[in-house]
Amino acid sequence: MKTLLLIAIGSAIVNNVVLSQFLGICPFLGVSKNTKTAAGMGGAVIFVIGIASLVTSLIYQFILHPLDMDFLETIVFILVIAALVQFVEMFLKKSMPPLYQSLGVYLPLITTNCAVLGVALTNVTKEYSILESVVNGLATAVGFFIAIVIMAGIREKIEYNDIPKPFKGTAIVLITACLMSIAFMGFSGMI
Amino acid sequence: MKQNMERLYNGIIKENPTFVLMLGMCPTLAVTSSAINGLGMGLSTTVVLVLSNLLISAFRKIIPNGVRVPAFIVIVASLVTMVQFIMEAYTPSLSKSLGVYIPLIVVNCIILGRAESYASKHSVVPSIFDGIGMGLGFTLGLTLIGLVREVIGAGKIFDISLASDNHLIIGIVLAVVAVILIAVCVCLAVKRSGMSAITVLGIAAGAILIIAAVVALLGPNYTAITIFVMAPGAFLVLAILVAVMNIIRELMEQSGKPLAKASGCLTGDCASCGQSALCSGKGVSAAADEKKSE
Repeated sequence: MKTLLLIAIGSAIVNNVVLSQFLGICPFLGVSKNTKTAAGMGGAVIFVIGIASLVTSLIYQFILHPLDMDFLETIVFILVIAALVQFVEMFLKKSMPPLYQSLGVYLPLITTNCAVLGVALTNVTKEYSILESVVNGLATAVGFFIAIVIMAGIREKIEYNDIPKPFKGTAIVLITACLMSIAFMGFSGMI
Repeated sequence: MKQNMERLYNGIIKENPTFVLMLGMCPTLAVTSSAINGLGMGLSTTVVLVLSNLLISAFRKIIPNGVRVPAFIVIVASLVTMVQFIMEAYTPSLSKSLGVYIPLIVVNCIILGRAESYASKHSVVPSIFDGIGMGLGFTLGLTLIGLVREVIGAGKIFDISLASDNHLIIGIVLAVVAVILIAVCVCLAVKRSGMSAITVLGIAAGAILIIAAVVALLGPNYTAITIFVMAPGAFLVLAILVAVMNIIRELMEQSGKPLAKASGCLTGDCASCGQSALCSGKGVSAAADEKKSE
């Protein structure tokens, strides 16, 4: 239990996936214009990473590792993740229309999101068990959620500020990300 | 041959993936904490890019259009796995410091973007040169950003400390080289009555050398600003880069030679991006061409 808690806090806050590992920068910059869509994106990421880390660690533990085919992990994981996202999208569309309405737009964007593959590979490198992998995946995704929602909140506020012309748009968002990253560095002594 | 040289120039200068197109930002932020990491990441991406362009353009008539994206991903992922194992065997320390970012080359939008917009439509030789050009352009971008961060954040160049005994000599040499470089570029710009992409790049390199010269002249008295080699520094350097590029973009537009538009994630709205199913980061012009041909 204690290890699980440490993994959860470690990947959600201390080693935040966006602000200290730089994974998933694209949606972090692209879909953070207002808090509502940001929360939608964050929710979709939690959903997909949760399922993907379960499935990839099952495949690794029961198929790749026993058969001594560890070297196939990158190829297998990326294909499994891409297929999984498609499958989840179809499943949601058919059986849970309300959830699809709120998450559906974001699902295709996540296929090639490097955070999903990054989590799956980290689980293997750190030799996590299946339970630990799922906890790590969910915690990483929650970290993404926290970062993107905070960023969207700040962006809503700075929208009408007087920003020097060259810094308008992406540059000021990156400066904001820099300051958030400094703030998150404060957690680094926690574990 | 002329077309091949044009591809090289296009990749390294005209449509430089880091500075102009702003593609592949995850590795750009993550591995540029030192110049040597940037160089290693850039070169391994180049190898994957060249080989994937080669294979994809060789097989472009065999791969059915409907399953081309999964086919590209399988080709790229196999190449990345090979590069990963070669690096583990021959450059273990580099492979350790790049860590998970080597397998993540698979999802680098430059590679799938080039496969989709160039290699799948052109013959083998130009595709190889396109890969070399784009790869070297990416390497150049990562190495320059890594240099800036390393010099300011650690007072080192390529892991060599600038605070050694003969730091004064190094500083003076760097300053002289920087001044000559900038002078030549400014003269070129004046002579041709306008900036070109090469002069801009030269002046930028000169500016980096001047920073290095100042650090070297201060030598042991220089206090490294360590935040530059840590996570926040990556965002800060990229923010400044984007701002500088915005200024240059405007200047080039005024002088009648507009730069290629930035594509990919940094330009903003992923939700409205037409390429959402596969974030290929296609150039705007390539997308427009496709629409015409349809």
